[in-house]
Amino acid sequence: MAWFDIKGEGNIFFAKLNELFNWSRGSSPWTLGFGIACCAIEMMATGASHYDLDRFGMFFRPSPRQSDVMIVAGTVTIKIAPMLRRLYEQMPEPKYVISMGSCSNCGGPYWQYGYHVLKGVDLIVPVDVYVPGCPPRPEALIYGILQLKEKIKNQSKVKNEK
Amino acid sequence: MNAREIHDQIKEKFPEAILEFNDTVQQPYLKIAPQPFYNVCQFLRDDADLDFDYLMCLSGVDYGDLLGTVYHFYSMKHTHKIILKVEVPRENPAIPSICDLWRTADWHEREVYDLFGIVFLNHPDLRRLLLPEDWEGYPLRKDYVTPEFFKGIPVLHSEMKSETNEQK
Repeated sequence: MAWFDIKGEGNIFFAKLNELFNWSRGSSPWTLGFGIACCAIEMMATGASHYDLDRFGMFFRPSPRQSDVMIVAGTVTIKIAPMLRRLYEQMPEPKYVISMGSCSNCGGPYWQYGYHVLKGVDLIVPVDVYVPGCPPRPEALIYGILQLKEKIKNQSKVKNEK
Repeated sequence: MNAREIHDQIKEKFPEAILEFNDTVQQPYLKIAPQPFYNVCQFLRDDADLDFDYLMCLSGVDYGDLLGTVYHFYSMKHTHKIILKVEVPRENPAIPSICDLWRTADWHEREVYDLFGIVFLNHPDLRRLLLPEDWEGYPLRKDYVTPEFFKGIPVLHSEMKSETNEQK
């Protein structure tokens, strides 16, 4: 059953405001064009014509103020961490974070002796979806994005499940 | 020109400079004292028979009791190469900068300063290259202890906190 009902012959339909917003947000989550390591190459491949993120209403924005989703694609060094946090703060609500690849999930190959790498981007920003892989293939990233869309679709204004 | 002949040329010009010479290894090297090092390099570059116009690599090394740098030189014209090594004590390590002779050395020396804390004298802009500017310590030294936090950001993985520092 659809989340809206069409009543009568005019262009009138009824829906819950919550679900209307969720539908709208989930249909065009614009992403921040922000790549910090090799995962960004896969992210770019996902955005390019073969995998085509535009199908999901996503495309890369150059400004955090126009973005809804931040895909953290790559190794988060301690030097870039404050800038990443600042970009996150500059994004308008509601905002979502996809952690892409092993490095941003948990530090990746640097988890043990890397004095310079953050051991997971979730230490500085709240993460909605983790995409494993080193780097994840575009299919994996698309699956992560679909998971995020699912999450957006089910979120509630009253009870924030984020 | 082979390594022995290069060594003889330097020996003739700077009799005191060479501390050690070894051409029994695959890549022959000369160990040079820090004080005459700059003049030796200038001679290597400007002499017509040597003509080392290319600094291939500049590395920093922690020998444990000493710190040092290793320079790989190459001559495009004569297609010969030589390696110079300089060793300095751990306390106040200082080596003359050669970045006005080979511009390649500029960022290489900054990187060695960043990770080993070797000061390059007369370097025009000796700042950290890779790490944040207010980082403390020199991470590639053998006795470096990884801090648990940097400006409130946790550096070590939660499972590794105790283990990494106990090994030191």
